[in-house]
Amino acid sequence: MAPRFVYAPAPESRAVVNLRPSYGLFIDGEFVEPIDGGQFKTENPSSQEVLAEVSSAGLADVDRAVRAARRAHEEVWGPMPGRERSKYIFRVARILQERSRELAVLESLDNGKPIKESRDVDVPLAAAHFFYYAGWADKLAYAGLGPGPKPLGVAGQVIPWNFPLLMAAWKLAPALATGNTCVLKPAETTPLSALLLAEILQQADLPAGVVNIITGAGDTGAALVAHPGLDKVTFTGSTEVGKQIQRRLAGTGRRLTLELGGKAANIVFEDAPLSQAVEGIVNGIFFNQGQVCCAGSRLLVQEPIAESVVEALKRRLETLRLGDPLDKNTDIGAINSSTQLDKIRALAASGEAEGAQRWSPSCTLPERGYWFPPTLFTGVVPAQRIAREEIFGPVLSVLTFRTPDEAVEKANNTTYGLSAGIWTEKGSRILHMAARLRAGVVWANTFNRFDPSSPFGGYRESGFGREGGRHGLEAYLEGSLDG
Amino acid sequence: MAESRLAVRKTYKLYIGGAFPRSESGRSYLVAGPEGHPLANAALASRKDLREAVVAARKAQRGWAAATAYLRGQVLYRVAEMLEGRHAQFVDALVAGEGLTGAEASSAVDGSVDRLVWYAGWSDKFAQVAGSSNPVAGPYFNFSIPEPTGVVGVLAPQASSLLGLVSVVAPVIATGNAAVVVASEAHPVPALELAEVLATSDLPGGVVNVVSGRTAELAPVLAAHRDVDALDLAGAAEGTEAELEAAAADNVKRVLRSRRPGPDWSAEPSPARMLFFTEIKTVWHPVGV
Amino acid sequence: MVDRGRDPARTGGVPPRGRNSGLADVARSEVSLRSFLLGLPGVDQVGAELRAAGLGARSIKAAAKLWAIDTAISMVDLTTLEGADTPGKVRALCGKARRPDPADPGVPPVAAICVYPDLVPFAKAALAGSPVKVASVATSFPSGRACLPVKLADVADAVAAGADEVDMVIDRGAFLAGHYGVVLEEVQAVKESCGPARLKVILETGELVTYDNVRRASWIAMVGGADFVKTSTGKVSPAATPPVALVMLEAVREFADVSGTAVGVKVAGGVRTTKDAIKYLVLVNEVAGEAWLEPDRFRIGASGLLNDLLMQRYKQRRGAYAGSQDFSVE
Repeated sequence: MAPRFVYAPAPESRAVVNLRPSYGLFIDGEFVEPIDGGQFKTENPSSQEVLAEVSSAGLADVDRAVRAARRAHEEVWGPMPGRERSKYIFRVARILQERSRELAVLESLDNGKPIKESRDVDVPLAAAHFFYYAGWADKLAYAGLGPGPKPLGVAGQVIPWNFPLLMAAWKLAPALATGNTCVLKPAETTPLSALLLAEILQQADLPAGVVNIITGAGDTGAALVAHPGLDKVTFTGSTEVGKQIQRRLAGTGRRLTLELGGKAANIVFEDAPLSQAVEGIVNGIFFNQGQVCCAGSRLLVQEPIAESVVEALKRRLETLRLGDPLDKNTDIGAINSSTQLDKIRALAASGEAEGAQRWSPSCTLPERGYWFPPTLFTGVVPAQRIAREEIFGPVLSVLTFRTPDEAVEKANNTTYGLSAGIWTEKGSRILHMAARLRAGVVWANTFNRFDPSSPFGGYRESGFGREGGRHGLEAYLEGSLDG
Repeated sequence: MAESRLAVRKTYKLYIGGAFPRSESGRSYLVAGPEGHPLANAALASRKDLREAVVAARKAQRGWAAATAYLRGQVLYRVAEMLEGRHAQFVDALVAGEGLTGAEASSAVDGSVDRLVWYAGWSDKFAQVAGSSNPVAGPYFNFSIPEPTGVVGVLAPQASSLLGLVSVVAPVIATGNAAVVVASEAHPVPALELAEVLATSDLPGGVVNVVSGRTAELAPVLAAHRDVDALDLAGAAEGTEAELEAAAADNVKRVLRSRRPGPDWSAEPSPARMLFFTEIKTVWHPVGV
Repeated sequence: MVDRGRDPARTGGVPPRGRNSGLADVARSEVSLRSFLLGLPGVDQVGAELRAAGLGARSIKAAAKLWAIDTAISMVDLTTLEGADTPGKVRALCGKARRPDPADPGVPPVAAICVYPDLVPFAKAALAGSPVKVASVATSFPSGRACLPVKLADVADAVAAGADEVDMVIDRGAFLAGHYGVVLEEVQAVKESCGPARLKVILETGELVTYDNVRRASWIAMVGGADFVKTSTGKVSPAATPPVALVMLEAVREFADVSGTAVGVKVAGGVRTTKDAIKYLVLVNEVAGEAWLEPDRFRIGASGLLNDLLMQRYKQRRGAYAGSQDFSVE
């Protein structure tokens, strides 16, 4: 039977975005051609259409960017009074708001995420981060991080493709507020919003060299983090690469912040507010196609309600709308790249091979582009790969538990420790569970909420250091333990 | 006039899980005074001893972290009391071991007692200073609290065998971590004596474990151990840090690097060490009716 | 009380916790009713409002919007509930109900006219031969503060006058005092008095305040025999809101899973614009399911809304905006 209420396509207009055919590297306040790098293409993952040519920074380009940042730190940004830095950062925040539509469309084009997410989450949160940290720039002495807080100097920042603009904001805003200068390396597959951010920094008259944005692939990132001219390295991405960076920085004395992978447990007790729990489970794993380090990828549901929760989930997943990321009614967009799609496919296949039951709603995947349907695995046991490895895709593994202790034990039975969810109407149980879960962010009766004032970061192999809030300043200030 | 009496020499053993075992390897090494004269034999801990110490620390850590901050403060204060009570013994140990003058040694013991008292007072204040309530833009109550990182491997400072040791161990345990301490290789006696103080101070067994031996042999084991969450390189030999840090990356350990030259342990510390060995946990909860 | 149900614990909906009981058992005693209601999963306010807001952000354009406008028109309970109501006012409204836009016969009639009991005969006469139903509020609307015999007499009067539908109010005082059995028995008694007339049970959610209460009251009404659960009288603020509708739509879906009986939902009060109406249709579609997208299962109680729907319809069809005098004002 044909559905009664067919939502007509409601695409956001692409006309707000002026894509240039090719982009240089943003070094010392201007776009320049690479010295020893090359060019690569960035595509729209929902259609495989090439969006633009982007420069890849080579060793000499990385060096040039680090030098520009050093000069800017010593001559301009370091000596500048906090209240003046503050105003620059406020100005950037304002322009981000003013150009939010453009940024949102560009983000969805380059990343494949639904426009409703880039419009309602990524871009407003990015602006909010600049607003939040702008206000800290002249109040650092009150941050409780020691007297006369001093910047570290030059920060090399490598960010992932899942929240390109937002991650740039998470990195740049606190670094700039604390008086550091930056060399930012966006992800290979999602360089465009960072390059538009570079234009915005120009528009804000941010002094040259304070922020340098060098695009490229993994080798550019590796060259950046290894550059001896840095005082600080921050990285958000996979645990595997994070470990490589930690090894690379061993013995250098350079400060490091790592925000890595996760395999979060989302724990649903039988007395949970079930409708909201179902929403939280959906948001937890299907937000941004599950390509979220803190995704609630392991559903731990108490046995008495396991069956009904799975049924309710299935019903809910049938209403998810997968398709054109620019359509305002799209809930599930494209997977960011063919590489990522292959990884998701391989892990999902392992789930089936290892005996878990796979289910997806009846949705048609577009022919072009990289797509993966929302997927549930039931009958999952802890020893299966899909219960242990980060899939970074729209794949939920459902496990059960009987008692709070068992839930804690299963939730903590991972080498990660980024986030966790708890669903119960019993307040004392929430606090009991929250205290026992080894995770940097615990969402109780909600999931995947973010705020610039709220510290974010992991335990164990999910990384160290915090981003957001007062705690986020610490990563960019000299401390009494720095020798 | 009393007859001269033959002194009873003390055997120094390891301190693991609240007990004082010999090294499973049966090895020991000679501890010498500043002029090279023999002072004592200390157990030469093996990889297996270290492994046992990590197991003991892991086992003790959860309960120690779950104890109230008030109780942890009481225990640390008790350690200070016990150390004060054995003041003279530690002065002797420092004079004999490090070659300090009596006044220097006395000052180091005073400093150690005072440091313990300082951290005892921190245990129930640190969360207030390091935590926060965060004004998120939405109907949520959001707070951040520091929690212990877990099991911390500590390479105790080589030179300052008591004050340095207390200065690195107290901040680790004040916040609820458990420690596996590799004592100063050349001057292990104060650490091993301190273990006796700890054992009689209401500190649950396993919260602090002390092994003596070759730092160069034990440090890489500790650095690579996947059930150790963090590492303090205070006593790492110069030139070994890069290797230890690299090994520590295997499970993304938090590594507190050593400073060259080492810090002045007699200076008043900041809460930074406690901050380093804690994780900030942020909890969100909706606010509604 | 007839057993309307299967074992709720065996359904795909949200099972009540506690004793494994069918719906027949729920109404057996004050104790069983109370334990059933308090055992329903809680509703988290923030989560429910977030979900409603998310659905409210759906963008309904072009053909979908046209379909939604006509569907919304066909779901309107065109309402006048004023002390100053007269037969003339009611007749005027009935004219509008039968043919909302005289210039465009393609506009469907509304679902019903909603009036006070004493005006039912005039409405009935004016709507003779049309598919538009006559709904009457009753049970000492809007406060419901009268004894049961008076309320039942009110219902009987409306039904005798020809009302096709009766919109009763629950005893919010009894509900808030925790006397759930009293509320249930009243609904059951009114249902019996309705005879063939369909019963809409007004919860007056603005007085119940919490979504937990909305959910419990919805279940009392459904167990008591309601054909519709309705948000509000329109006399209390807040009236209908998307999250309240969300909670009620979830409740009717769950009730249908458990009992096999589909109860409708009526939002009333505060729905003034086409945009509002379409938001509710999206909620209905995605929460209860498309089976609820028909006038038998979803209604919008409103007065001013109809002209806004007509203006938007004009705009969608002709591409230009209508003027404020292009549609009749009753």
